Amino acid sequence: MEIKFNDGELAKVENLKQKYPQQQAALMGVLWLAQNKFGWISKDIMKYVSELLDVPLSTVEGVVSFYTMYHKKQPGKYHVQVCTNVSCMLRGGQEIYDHISKKLNLNNNETSSDGQFSLEEVECMGACGGAPMIAINEDFYENLTVEKVDEILDSLK
Amino acid sequence: MLKSLDELKEIAVKYNNSSNILKKRVIVCAGTGCVANGSLKIYNQLVKKIKEAGIDCIVELKMEESNESKILVSESGCQGFCQMGPLVTIEPDGIHYVKVKVEDVQEIVNHTLVLGKPIDRLLYVDPLTGEHCVHTQDIRFYNRQSRKVLGLCGHINPSDIHEYIAKNGYQAVFKALTEMTDKDICEEITYAGLRGRGGGGFPTGRKWELTRIQKSEKKYVICNGDEGDPGAFMDRSVMEGNPHSVIEGMIIAAKAIGADEGYIYVRTEYPFAVRRLKIAVKQAEELGLLGENIMGTGFNFKLHVMEGAGAFVCGEETALMSSIEGKRGMPKPKPPFPAQSGLFGKPTVINNVETLASVPQIILYGAKEFRSCGTENSPGTKTFALTGHVANTGLIEVPFGSTIREIVYNIGGGVTLSDGTISSNGLKAVQIGGPSGGCLTTEHMDMPLDFDSLSGIGAMVGSGGLVVMNKDTCMVKMAHFFMQFTQNESCGKCIPCREGTKQMLALLEDIIEGRATGETLDILEELAKAVQKGSLCGLGKTAPNPVLSMMTQFREEYEAHVIQKKCPAKQCKALLSPQIIPEKCKGCGLCVKVCPVNAISGVRKEAHYINEELCIKCGACLETCRLNAIVGV
Ligand SMILES: Cc1cc2nc3c(=O)[nH]c(=O)nc-3n(C[C@H](O)[C@H](O)[C@H](O)COP(=O)(O)O)c2cc1C
Ligand code: SF4
Ligand code: SF4
Ligand code: FES
Ligand code: FES
Repeated sequence: MEIKFNDGELAKVENLKQKYPQQQAALMGVLWLAQNKFGWISKDIMKYVSELLDVPLSTVEGVVSFYTMYHKKQPGKYHVQVCTNVSCMLRGGQEIYDHISKKLNLNNNETSSDGQFSLEEVECMGACGGAPMIAINEDFYENLTVEKVDEILDSLK
Repeated sequence: MLKSLDELKEIAVKYNNSSNILKKRVIVCAGTGCVANGSLKIYNQLVKKIKEAGIDCIVELKMEESNESKILVSESGCQGFCQMGPLVTIEPDGIHYVKVKVEDVQEIVNHTLVLGKPIDRLLYVDPLTGEHCVHTQDIRFYNRQSRKVLGLCGHINPSDIHEYIAKNGYQAVFKALTEMTDKDICEEITYAGLRGRGGGGFPTGRKWELTRIQKSEKKYVICNGDEGDPGAFMDRSVMEGNPHSVIEGMIIAAKAIGADEGYIYVRTEYPFAVRRLKIAVKQAEELGLLGENIMGTGFNFKLHVMEGAGAFVCGEETALMSSIEGKRGMPKPKPPFPAQSGLFGKPTVINNVETLASVPQIILYGAKEFRSCGTENSPGTKTFALTGHVANTGLIEVPFGSTIREIVYNIGGGVTLSDGTISSNGLKAVQIGGPSGGCLTTEHMDMPLDFDSLSGIGAMVGSGGLVVMNKDTCMVKMAHFFMQFTQNESCGKCIPCREGTKQMLALLEDIIEGRATGETLDILEELAKAVQKGSLCGLGKTAPNPVLSMMTQFREEYEAHVIQKKCPAKQCKALLSPQIIPEKCKGCGLCVKVCPVNAISGVRKEAHYINEELCIKCGACLETCRLNAIVGV
C-alpha cells in the first residue's frame, strides 16, 4: 500500500498542527490518523509522519515505542485484547486468557498466519464492573465465561 | 448563541415542559458495560416494536412539539450497576429492569408501556432477602448511595445538551462569569474544602489560587481523564454519562485562573467517552457556551479533546503534559509545579475528571451545601468502583466517612466465595487505591473512610478503586500482582523505580516459589522504603505501598510462606503438598504415570498414596486426576 494521506486526511493534519503552539504536539494525533488508515505504524509510516510534521525520525520512533497502543506490527482483522488485571483476574480473567490463547493457538502479541486474529494481554480497560472482559477491536464483551468466549470467537470466523 | 441567563433558563423551561407531558420515557443504558451486553440492539428493537404497536415513538425530544401521546426512547450513560446490565428504566413509573434481552422487548412494550404493569422476571431480586425490586429506589445497591456527581449519569441523554441545561446545567458558568471574580471562585472552592479526586487529595481551591496569581499572558486548564488505575472506572462513567458537567467545571476553572484554552486528555481505551465528549464540546460551542465571548460576557475559552495511547504513567500530571506536547510521557521533577510552568511552559491547572465535575454544584448551590455531607477534612461525596469478589459490582457514590461494612455488605450485597455463593462474612481484605494504595481488613470494617483516616493506616483513597477479596485470596500473590503491574508500567527514567521494583518482584517470586529465607522479608521491607524515598514520581513513590500494607496486615501469612513454606490460602502451587483422599481414589494409576519423581505408589484399583519426602510439589498429579481425588494442602 502506498503510504500517503488523502486530501481529507491532510486537511486533518493541518487542523491538528493549528491546534497547538508547537508542531510536535500534533504528533500523537497524526499517528492515530495513520494507524486508523494503515492498521499499524511501520518504519516507513514513521518516516512519512516525520517528514509531514518536520520532526526528527528518532523522535517519532521514541514516541511510537513508548505508547502501547500504537501497533508496531500488523494486527489481525480481529484484534483480541484480554484483560488480566486485578478485577478481571479475581473473576477468572487469566483462565479466559489461557483459553483464548490455546483456542487461537497464539501467544501474547502474535497474529495468526491467515491474518484473522491477533492476541494481546492488556491492562485494565476500565470495564471491571463486568469482569472478566475482553475487547475485540473497539467492541467490549463482559461478564464472560469460557463458553461465552467460544460463542463470540466462533461467530467471527 | 445564548446571550443571557434568561435565554439559558428559557431552554430549561421549554425542555422540561415538553418532557413532562411525554406519555412515557424509556431509558436504555448505553454505557460501556451495557453496550458490551447488547443494549444497543435492545434500543433499536424497542423503537421498532413501539412503532409497530401504533404508538408515536421518538428518539429525540423536540421542544416545539406537543408530546402528550409520545414515548421517548433515549440512551443514557452508565447507571452504575453494570453487572446487571443491560438496564432499562421506564419513567415516570420508575420501573427498573435488569439483564434485559432483545427477546424481552415485545413484552416490555405490551405489558409495561401499554398496560403500565411491571414484568416480574425482569426485576432485580435481592440475593439476601429474595425481594423483587420494581423501582430503582427499592434496590439496596442504589438506595443507600448519595449520587451527586453521578446524579444525572444514567438519567439524561449525554448527547443532548438541552437535557443538561434542563437540569440547571451551565447556570454555574453564568454565575461564575457574571457575578464572581476569579478570586471569589478560588475562595468558594477553598471554603468548600474540595480535594483532588485523582489520588493525591490536594485542595483544589489552593491549587487554583496558586495558578491564578501567576502573571502570564497564556494559561491552560487540563482535565486528567487518563484513568489507568486497575479496578477503576469512575471517570469513564462521568465522561460517558455527563460530559457537560466536566466541561462546565473546566470553564469555571478557566475563569478562576485566567486561562483561555484547555485540554481534556482521555485514554483511547474509552471510545464512548471520547465520542460523547467531542459531541458535547461541539454542542456547547454551537450554543455559545464555549469559544469566543461566552454567553455575551466577553470571556473566551477554547476546549480540545485529546486521546492518549496507552501508558499508565501518563496519568501523572507532568507526564501527561509531555504527552500533550507530543513527547514520550515521562514525568519531570517538581518544582517547577504546573502552576508555575506547565503545558508548553505556561501556568497550568490540571485536575481530575471527578474533581472538575464536582465544581458546578459548588458554585451553583454554594460551598456550605457541599460541606453538608462528608467529613470535616474530606467534605462531599466520593465515587468508588466496586469490583472483585463482591455480589454487586459497579459504580457507587457515597459520602466521605462511609464504612467498608456499608459499602461491601449493604451496597455491594456481600462477598462472593469461590463456589459462587454469597456470604456475609467471607471478607479477607479490600484493596483501596489500586497499585498505589493499601489494604483494609475485617479490622477496619467500621472505620470512616476519608483522606486522612486512610493515610493513617498506610492506605489511600486513591482514585477510588475498591477491590474486594475473599478468604481464598493469597495476599503474597496479590502483592506480587500489583508489583508486576507497577514494574511493567515504570517508565524507566529513574533507577530506584526501574530496578527497585524489579528486585522487589523477584523477592516476592522467591516467597511464592518457596525459595525465600529468613532474611527475605527484611530485605523486601528495606528495598520498599528505598524505592519510596528515591523515586522521582508518584508511580515509584507509591509502588511499594501494596506490599508494605499487606505485609503489615497479614504478617502471619507472609511468615507461613517463608518459614513453614505453606500458603494458607492454598493458591501458591509450589507450596502445596498434594495428598490423595483415599475415599475418592479409585486406583486408576494415572497420577503414577505423570509424577516425574515416582513419588506415587499403590496397588491397582486401590487407594494410592504420595510419598511426601520424594514429592517436589509440581502439581502434575493434581491436574491429571479425573476424580478430583488429589488435593493440595
Ligand atoms: C503514576 C500516576 C498515575 C496517575 N494517574 C492519574 C489518573 O489516571 N487520573 C488522575 O486524575 N490523576 C492521576 N494521577 C494524579 C495526577 O498526577 C494529578 O495529581 C491529578 O490529576 C491532579 O488532579 P486532582 O487534584 O483533581 O486530583 C496519577 C499520578 C501518578 C503518579
Ligand atoms: S518513579 Fe518510575 S515511573 Fe516515575 S519517573 Fe521514575 S521511573 Fe518513571
Ligand atoms: S489419578 Fe486419582 S483416582 Fe487415579 S490413582 Fe491417582 S489419585 Fe487415584
Ligand atoms: S481489571 Fe479488567 S477491565 Fe479493569
Ligand atoms: S454501563 Fe450500564 S450500568 Fe454501567
